[in-house]
Amino acid sequence: MEKIIAGNNIEVNEEGYLKDFSQWNEDVARNIANEEKIDLTNRHWDVIKFLQKAHQDKVALSIRKVGKSGVVDIKEFYKLFPQGPLKISTKIAGIPKPASCI
Amino acid sequence: MKKLVILGAGTAGTMMANHLNKELDNKLWQITIIDKEQNHYYQPGFLFIPFGIYEPKDVVKPIDKYIPKNVGIVKGEVDLINHENNNVQMSDGQTIDYDILVIATGSRIAPEEIDGMKGAEWHKSVYDFYTYEGAVNLHKKLTNWEGGKLVVHITEMPIKCPVAPLEFAFLADSYFKNKGMRDKVDITYVTPLDGAFTKPIAAGALGHLLEEKGIKIVPDFAIEHVDNENKKIVDYGESEVEFDLLVTIPTNMGDPLIERSGMGDELNFIPTNPKTLQSNIRENIFVIGDATNCPTSKAGSVAHFEAEVLTENIHRYIHGDTLQEKFDGHANCFVETGEGKALLIDFNYNQQPVEGTFPIPGIGPMKLLKETRMNHLGKLAFKWVYWNMLLKGTAIPFVSTNMQEAGKKIEN
Repeated sequence: MEKIIAGNNIEVNEEGYLKDFSQWNEDVARNIANEEKIDLTNRHWDVIKFLQKAHQDKVALSIRKVGKSGVVDIKEFYKLFPQGPLKISTKIAGIPKPASCI
Repeated sequence: MKKLVILGAGTAGTMMANHLNKELDNKLWQITIIDKEQNHYYQPGFLFIPFGIYEPKDVVKPIDKYIPKNVGIVKGEVDLINHENNNVQMSDGQTIDYDILVIATGSRIAPEEIDGMKGAEWHKSVYDFYTYEGAVNLHKKLTNWEGGKLVVHITEMPIKCPVAPLEFAFLADSYFKNKGMRDKVDITYVTPLDGAFTKPIAAGALGHLLEEKGIKIVPDFAIEHVDNENKKIVDYGESEVEFDLLVTIPTNMGDPLIERSGMGDELNFIPTNPKTLQSNIRENIFVIGDATNCPTSKAGSVAHFEAEVLTENIHRYIHGDTLQEKFDGHANCFVETGEGKALLIDFNYNQQPVEGTFPIPGIGPMKLLKETRMNHLGKLAFKWVYWNMLLKGTAIPFVSTNMQEAGKKIEN
């Protein structure tokens, strides 16, 4: 389905995750973050960039993986994106929701 | 003589020993299997021990009984896999060379990963049932327990047999009902997932069953520590769940040997080609069962289906043929739901569990994703199938290696 985010028609799935990363930009990220009641700080952007790089490198993401990345520890990850940090941060980063395997 | 070495004589390793013993020419190949244990445990049976449905003796048999005579057995601990030199180093100093290595070292619980989990209350009011000791100790606890807050908890995914904690909650409901004390027990299911299961249709059906049985669910809970003093679990978002009895599934990790050998991911699982089961580390190293990082369930049924594909691929590797990309992630799991019923799920990498009939499309006799008595009988019969067919590498009638789409209600 299509959703208007930051003035653009963006393809998203039923949970609001972007279907096409080429439609992502920083304004889109800010808008999705607003819906989650998050103001993006530099620390948020560090995490978002790490997630996008990991996704590009086809690394399967988990909270443990992010915690061991050296970018944030799990405690800070939860502070930045409360209530389901991996689900929320990946949505803002414009990448698919990590398959919470199996 | 060429040498093939199997590490681990659990479900997957034992099946491979039986398959390869038939497949390889014993004049050309010497097969050796290495394990430090004396006993083989029927791990699906651990679930039933706390409730007194199985006795401890039902689930333990000597490893040697299930290894073919032509296969050498080495009892001892492996210190290191020297994958650059094609040998394994034993902790007694012995070195064992191989031409082909099959790693079947499984997964284990690692309660030490969470602060306070293996603390003062461990096996007093905090229990696991993924080990023989945990299941037996929990049985003793339940026998005299007077009731209170029972919390069934998953630490993080992936875990071995991802339906087992749900089954535990369902069986607990049934157990306390039969003891006439269900009203004294408050059951809560705490999970890091956003629902009862990882796949949406099954999560819906299983979530509904939890509700029906009066079991509360706390989703999206990522545990940070166990507070032993105040008997509660606390998550990173600082929410808390109190318990009188905590039954937790600790973090599951691959064997420490994998970490020592520098071959694992952050959970010590080995990067493995999900379709061929060849390791991404060396061409002559193959991985099977819980030890892989393949995105499917860590379960005996999966190892069974993998064993058929892996046997074929080892044969191809020896003859210099291209490996078959045949493994589809097929998993088949009975889910005990209490009161003498069970449901059954059948799925793979691409197809989530849905309703239908199994194993014969349109006929059954078992029904997918529906609670029936026949499914429960299937689960109980599985213990016999495990010891007498599965470990020996015998194909199960009507059940194919790759998942069948026929007989399933698949909506696209």
